[in-house]
Amino acid sequence: MSNSQLTPGIVPGRLPAAAYAENFADHEPPLDRHEARVAADRCYFCHDAPCMTACPTSIDIPLFIRQIATGTPEAAARTILGQNILGGMCARVCPTEQLCEEVCVREVAEGKPVEIGRLQRYATDTLMATGVHPFTRAASTGKRVAVVGAGPAGLACAHRLAMKGHDVVILERKPKSGGLNEYGIATYKTTNNFAQAEVSWLLKIGGIEVRHGVTLGKDVALADLLAEYDAVFLGIGLAGVNALRAAGEDLEGVRPAVEFIADLRQTENRATLPVGRDVVVIGGGMTAVDAAVQSKLLGAENVTIVYRRGKEKMSASSYEQEHATQTGVRIIYGAAPLRVVGGDKAEAVEFVYTEDGPEGLKLSSEGFTLKADQVFKAIGQTLVGAPEGIALAGGKLPRHPAEKLWCGGDCAEGGEDLTVTAVAEGRDAAEDIHAALMGQAG
Amino acid sequence: MANLASNFIGIKSPNPFWLASAPPTDKKVNVERAFEAGWGGVVWKTLGSEGPPVVNVSGPRYGAIWGADRRLLGLNNIELITDRPLEVNLQEIKEVKRKWRDRALIISLMVPCDEESWKDILKRIEDTEADGVELNFGCPHGMAERGMGSAVGQVPEYIEMVTRWVKQYSRMPCIVKLTPNITDIRKPAEAAKRGGADAVSLINTINSITSVDLDDFAPEPTIDGKGTHGGYCGPAVKPIALNMVAEIARSPATAGLPISGIGGVTTWRDAAEFMALGAGNVQVCTAAMTYGFKVVQEMISGLSDYMDRKGFADTSELVGRAVPNVTDWQYLNLNYVTKAHISQDDCIKCGRCYIACEDTSHQAIEMTADRTFKVKDEECVACNLCVNVCPVENCITMVEMPKGEVDPRTGRAVSDYANWTQHPNNPSVRAAE
Repeated sequence: MSNSQLTPGIVPGRLPAAAYAENFADHEPPLDRHEARVAADRCYFCHDAPCMTACPTSIDIPLFIRQIATGTPEAAARTILGQNILGGMCARVCPTEQLCEEVCVREVAEGKPVEIGRLQRYATDTLMATGVHPFTRAASTGKRVAVVGAGPAGLACAHRLAMKGHDVVILERKPKSGGLNEYGIATYKTTNNFAQAEVSWLLKIGGIEVRHGVTLGKDVALADLLAEYDAVFLGIGLAGVNALRAAGEDLEGVRPAVEFIADLRQTENRATLPVGRDVVVIGGGMTAVDAAVQSKLLGAENVTIVYRRGKEKMSASSYEQEHATQTGVRIIYGAAPLRVVGGDKAEAVEFVYTEDGPEGLKLSSEGFTLKADQVFKAIGQTLVGAPEGIALAGGKLPRHPAEKLWCGGDCAEGGEDLTVTAVAEGRDAAEDIHAALMGQAG
Repeated sequence: MANLASNFIGIKSPNPFWLASAPPTDKKVNVERAFEAGWGGVVWKTLGSEGPPVVNVSGPRYGAIWGADRRLLGLNNIELITDRPLEVNLQEIKEVKRKWRDRALIISLMVPCDEESWKDILKRIEDTEADGVELNFGCPHGMAERGMGSAVGQVPEYIEMVTRWVKQYSRMPCIVKLTPNITDIRKPAEAAKRGGADAVSLINTINSITSVDLDDFAPEPTIDGKGTHGGYCGPAVKPIALNMVAEIARSPATAGLPISGIGGVTTWRDAAEFMALGAGNVQVCTAAMTYGFKVVQEMISGLSDYMDRKGFADTSELVGRAVPNVTDWQYLNLNYVTKAHISQDDCIKCGRCYIACEDTSHQAIEMTADRTFKVKDEECVACNLCVNVCPVENCITMVEMPKGEVDPRTGRAVSDYANWTQHPNNPSVRAAE
């Protein structure tokens, strides 16, 4: 292919073939044994540690770090995985700079926290490399539970239920398990097909059957599941994408960022993935950053994120924002899209500056136009395909809407839309289900 | 700039930093490199008797313990005395001394415990022009099993006897090197003094096993599946050495006997501490073996700057300065009261002081929901554990209570000096009544 970064339009192969492997390599390489020991030594083993409190899954971080420091990373991994069965993925994708590492006393004291995320990855990778699954199932209870959605919440719920001795069937609409771990996370954060490796490793517990290509409401009704199983868990995520509500949204070249990210994850050869010369990403979350950075890595000449509010309100962390700008992405704060301009295809996007005041966001009279042959919408996902008859709360499912029915993860109310939060909710729902099934007080 | 020039028992060197008798001082090439780097003196690695030299193992000679970043904290060795022919060593010593007249060159000796052997070796080293001899009564491995080294150093009568022979057959200044593998370090020091020693040097290495291989179940360092105790040295042994130096410096029987301080000296500060406790100079080995000879340059600049800050023109003003403040427990002031104080500005809220006090001491620190840590004066016995476990230097300090103020823990006002010998709870005080 003879395309370059300057080729107009949305085209593949903008970079030399070798550049793709380099651009999409592990963006934070794993610690080796010695690096891990040194990093672990920085942990003060705080009493009632703030990092542990900040972790949505309440991993005993000082303990696992001490286990690494004493040369027992497998024990460290068991400490992690006992709380968070997807601790391997969370080590890669958690916004640690907003969670455990933000409150690390060394961050407070020196501006340099203990590298908790990287240490967690060292421990979990070490254990998973042995191929051993460290948990075993309790004696069979004879109870059967259906889990809808094989994303982080569903997998965590299923694993905990299986461990308690229940038999679990996971129903997943997509061809692969993992949910956003498989389809929604930047490639350079989870290299070497880690999401699938982690699912296979997780399923080694036994007692979990996964059925792919089954969509709730289409292939199976909730009522049937409730009739057939002793309990049902819904972890169906947010399958819808918010609209721009700006003119020109239907032009060719405008698409949801999540689709682009999924394509990147599923492609065999990134050189075949088309990307614009001038890419505009609209939104302020992790999805916006992931789409923008990867556009740049695919060879787009100009990539701009435009977010309607200020830097401090952007839900992508400052670490993520820095990562974007270091990759060459420009971020414009405080501007909202008015319209996408073009004939059949997008050619530019018109923006107006916003003013964030006490009465909310107001559009100003000043604006600007950005050249854009490709526009990614990254302004949030919405719940679609929720079973009828369940009253939504804030657009999301209640955590325990009916007898025998539990919900968790991004589709359910409460918590932030993070992998680690989904894991915590799935795990906790499993504990509640277990208590209910075994006749204990929930 | 302070004058670091040292005169130790008449042996002059440009600074008080000598290399101890050890692997780094076994050969001319090493010693010359040391002098080029700036070392003030060298104690040449121990020579044995004429005849076939000793043989060393060809497996590992050293074992170590490390901090997290492989910082070497303690080293152990099972190397014996020089394994080179006596003649080669003598020739090299002579060459080096002629070339480096301003540096101190001491010869360490270890021969069988009989008069003829000592008389013979002393005669052989006479024309090397070395500045003195150091009697190796400390080596704890290998040679001790042959009735030398620490086998002599553990019997005060032998020390006295051999020292006497040395003084009888040689006019050289004589330093007796002591082993710490003994119950009371004052006894061998007294024996050396009785025998006429000009000085003692201490400590030699400590009997040790650094670690155990938990797969092969063998001590480290392991030679073909077996291990033996070696001599421990390096930063880890410094506190033991400091105490032994102080014991000799403050004992009436040995007070004034010059001491060459050895044991974990790694920085200028370590050296200054040894000297404050009575060492006239220091000898170094592990720091050089870990980092190379250049470390002496930091020792020289550091000690010099410190002396300038303190207004000491000569090292003699530092030597022994802390000795009067080393005392027995029974003379400590039992009416001296301090309380821990936590600086809220410096506190990083790790909670280590809290859990250490709560779990293992006196439940004298309170912790609030927002992780504020405060000392409860009514519970604090001033044990200092919180200070020791706090990761922030000077965040927790011990604040002295002024006289007359009531200690909320005991309800008693802080009063004048009184020690255990005067305390009513002391049975011997009551017996005397």
